[in-house]
Amino acid sequence: MWSYILRRLLFGIPTLLGVTIIVFTLLHLAPGDPISSMLPADAPLEVVLMIKQQMGFDKPLPVQYWRWLTRVAHGDLGNSLATRRPVLNEIRAALGNTFLLAISAACIGFTMGVTLGTTAAFFQGRWLDKAVSAVAIAGVSLPHYWVAILLIIVFSVTLNWLPAMGMQETSGGSSLWTLLRHMILPSIALSLIPMGVITRMVRTSVLEVLQQDFVLTLRSKGLWARTVTRHVMKNAAPPVLTLMGLQFGYLLGGSVLVETVFSWPGSGFLLNLAIFQRDIPMLQGVILVLATFFVMLNLLVDIVHSCIDPRIRRT
Amino acid sequence: MAESAIIHVTQELLEGPAGTPMSYWQLVWWRLRRDTVTLTAAAVILCIVLSALLAPSLAPHKPFEGSIRKRLAPIGTAGHLLGTDEQGRDMLSRLLFGGRLSLLAGVVPVCIALLAGSTLGIVAGFMGRGVNMLIMRSMDIFYAFPSVLLAIAISGALGAGVGNTIIALSIVFTPPITRIAESVTTQVRGWEFMEAARASGAGTGAIIRHHMIANVLAPIFVYASTLVSVSVILASGLSFLGLGASPPNPEWGLMLNTLRQSIYVNTWVPILPGMMIFLTSMAFNLLSDGLRDAMDVRL
Repeated sequence: MWSYILRRLLFGIPTLLGVTIIVFTLLHLAPGDPISSMLPADAPLEVVLMIKQQMGFDKPLPVQYWRWLTRVAHGDLGNSLATRRPVLNEIRAALGNTFLLAISAACIGFTMGVTLGTTAAFFQGRWLDKAVSAVAIAGVSLPHYWVAILLIIVFSVTLNWLPAMGMQETSGGSSLWTLLRHMILPSIALSLIPMGVITRMVRTSVLEVLQQDFVLTLRSKGLWARTVTRHVMKNAAPPVLTLMGLQFGYLLGGSVLVETVFSWPGSGFLLNLAIFQRDIPMLQGVILVLATFFVMLNLLVDIVHSCIDPRIRRT
Repeated sequence: MAESAIIHVTQELLEGPAGTPMSYWQLVWWRLRRDTVTLTAAAVILCIVLSALLAPSLAPHKPFEGSIRKRLAPIGTAGHLLGTDEQGRDMLSRLLFGGRLSLLAGVVPVCIALLAGSTLGIVAGFMGRGVNMLIMRSMDIFYAFPSVLLAIAISGALGAGVGNTIIALSIVFTPPITRIAESVTTQVRGWEFMEAARASGAGTGAIIRHHMIANVLAPIFVYASTLVSVSVILASGLSFLGLGASPPNPEWGLMLNTLRQSIYVNTWVPILPGMMIFLTSMAFNLLSDGLRDAMDVRL
């Protein structure tokens, strides 16, 4: 067990290094000089050269990468070009808000997905199965940014039940209730994709287990339906759990569009802002932090998976 | 999942549904013809593609022609069947024209990724050892990013533009296709007829061309087809963020974004572009599901 965890952790290191290379390359993908966005177009050549030297852009790329990497390893992601404040502080504040949204969306999506998927599998081929499959395929086909707008149109504009944007009321104090009210619509919009994906996966997974001989044995032994269901669920769980881990990661990284629609002050909103202000350190910072979380999440999923299903430790 | 991505020779294939033997593709077609859902989806896609292609002759108005006096007309206005947008331009015309960029930015990346990914994957699977290690480990790095994040990061760094959207999405979809192609190729390589081909003196190139491609292409193609709907949603999503098409060009994601501010004035016109994205993505999803069943591929 421990050797497996250690091996997985070691495999994580080259992945993380690769992530830093990609994030570093992003800066140089940008058209023109990395510093051209910081200076006015008519800046004198001496000033441009001076700033280039100050920021180390005159050095060869591997040297620049190494310097950047050592700074990042010390927790220094640089300062935002737009606000001049350390990138890490800004991200830390926003990341909490993104987690909040991702967790509530995951709760909704996963619960719905498991319930619907299991129901569909047990009623395979009947109308209930077909209805659930239709819902699931709609869930994965819906552009969630459009659903976000639809929800605003219905629940904010037409019915005026729930707020359309932000996390708190602009006037008046903050309370848990107002926070919850603000969370409802974005969480629902975000939960659709995981709901659809999990439903389809649970359905396939449960169906596969249901066709195995041991289920027939359990049934022929006269065990209660509930006991059989428990055995089936336990065997269908590992691939579903892996997918849930991945989906949670997608929620963290994929909330950019929904956060933008609802002006939710999370990491996606920050990323969107950084793109439009051409704030490259901020862009790199947000992506690096989110990708690091994603890699760690994958690791965690693998380890949990190996605890549930010891067979995979051998591969 | 990916390990079993092989065409299964079923009982149907051996005996033929009507008692006569059928070739693989005849059988696929036989199954597709009976699948009304998939046929409907294909018809919907055909309609959307045709209406985008024929937009210049179908559209009742010019897509760039606006009028301040006719801004945000509701659905059903005389002369403007689907209303007008925030600049008084005819919605129906813009939706028809919008399909061009949206479909282009949605479908082309998957085609590029299919080409790049299957080449990389087949080479990795066929060569094995060091080459496999090199290709597959570098693809693994891209798995460290959620796909939406990677797409936004690349096109955010490259800057706005449909060309950049296509580049970004092609990069996003290449690693998953490579993975599938590699795992399918590795399996097929172990089959006996491959050894027979080698024993009879066929070279690597000939084996790949004559024996490998035909056996691995179906599963890779089916997998790639599942990505089209995601690609359509993501491409329009990038435009929605202002990273794709630039105004005043009609594009569904961009139209959705600019009309978003108008929901308090005219509630229902702004949802139309999103409806088109949904319809397209749903049709592609259903079609790829149908193809997978008809071609009997397990992914």
